[in-house]
Amino acid sequence: MSRNAKINTLLLAIVAALAVLPLALGLGDHKEEPFTGADAQAETAITEIAPDYEPWFAPLYEPPSGEVESALFALQAALGAGVLAYYFGLRKGRRQGEARAAGAGDAEAPAADSVGSGA
Amino acid sequence: MHIAEGFLPPVHAAAWGVASAPFVIHGVRALTREVRANPESTLLLGASGAFTFVLSALKIPSVTGSCSHPTGTGLGAILFRPPIMAVLGTITLLFQSLLLAHGGLTTLGANVFSLAIVGPWAGFAVYALLRRSGAPLMVSVFFGAFVADLSTYCVTSVQLALAFPDPGSGIAGALAKFGGIFAVTQIPLAVSEGLLTVLVMRLLLQSSKGELTRLGVLLQGGNKKEAAVR
Repeated sequence: MSRNAKINTLLLAIVAALAVLPLALGLGDHKEEPFTGADAQAETAITEIAPDYEPWFAPLYEPPSGEVESALFALQAALGAGVLAYYFGLRKGRRQGEARAAGAGDAEAPAADSVGSGA
Repeated sequence: MHIAEGFLPPVHAAAWGVASAPFVIHGVRALTREVRANPESTLLLGASGAFTFVLSALKIPSVTGSCSHPTGTGLGAILFRPPIMAVLGTITLLFQSLLLAHGGLTTLGANVFSLAIVGPWAGFAVYALLRRSGAPLMVSVFFGAFVADLSTYCVTSVQLALAFPDPGSGIAGALAKFGGIFAVTQIPLAVSEGLLTVLVMRLLLQSSKGELTRLGVLLQGGNKKEAAVR
């Protein structure tokens, strides 16, 4: 593994650890419902502060179940990840194509922009 | 940071809408100008929007025992300046409020203000300050993304505290309450977002050097002034 790839893997590992540690250490155990969303907790806090407050507008469309909602969230993440992967894949392909074309044209030509192509 | 549909009193909802609108309109102009002047940047623009799409869909456990999500707005703000991020962030929030019942149309102005305006501007300001004071690129990127993430949630806390002051302890008491829910939960997530943004910037550094130079992220001969004028 190149140094570049090692650093990238390390970054991902830290992010994963930051997400998993609260679960592994049971940091939600003191709560009735551990690991609920902060947005939902804020709604609860609002109803505590202002018990009379009535939301005056309802969502136009509400996913009928938790499953449908999680599917739509997954769709959102998948769309984003797809575009990101397309971008980096296209870039890598273009760079390889350029390098190959340069290599075919002049085998001695120094590859000016090949730093870190090992990732 | 998504204030749920109908959960801001009409006056507050309208005020935040009025406050956000000029930023979004200005952003649309900046975006059109950028795409017209540099059609090749469309792809990277898409990737920046996609980064926000992914990160704001991921609800991640945090040390407080609750879950929250990053914002992903720091990257686009650093690459394309905050006005363009106002548009990309608004698109994400619209998607979530229309399809996921997450956030809402009446609270869109307030949510745009925190995620798509203050977050990108605060993150970009920290990034630019660090860069100008000679900090390494990746350190600046990390803190830029960290601040973009965390400041978004601080703004949400303020917005809710203004709308729902505590009957006993007033706005300050409510701010402590909402801040406890949002800001503390968000700190480790902001660290994660900083690290992920650094990761994407490293990948961009390998794959898109030319683009980064054109956008002023990479300096050639220290022509930072030109980048600042854009």
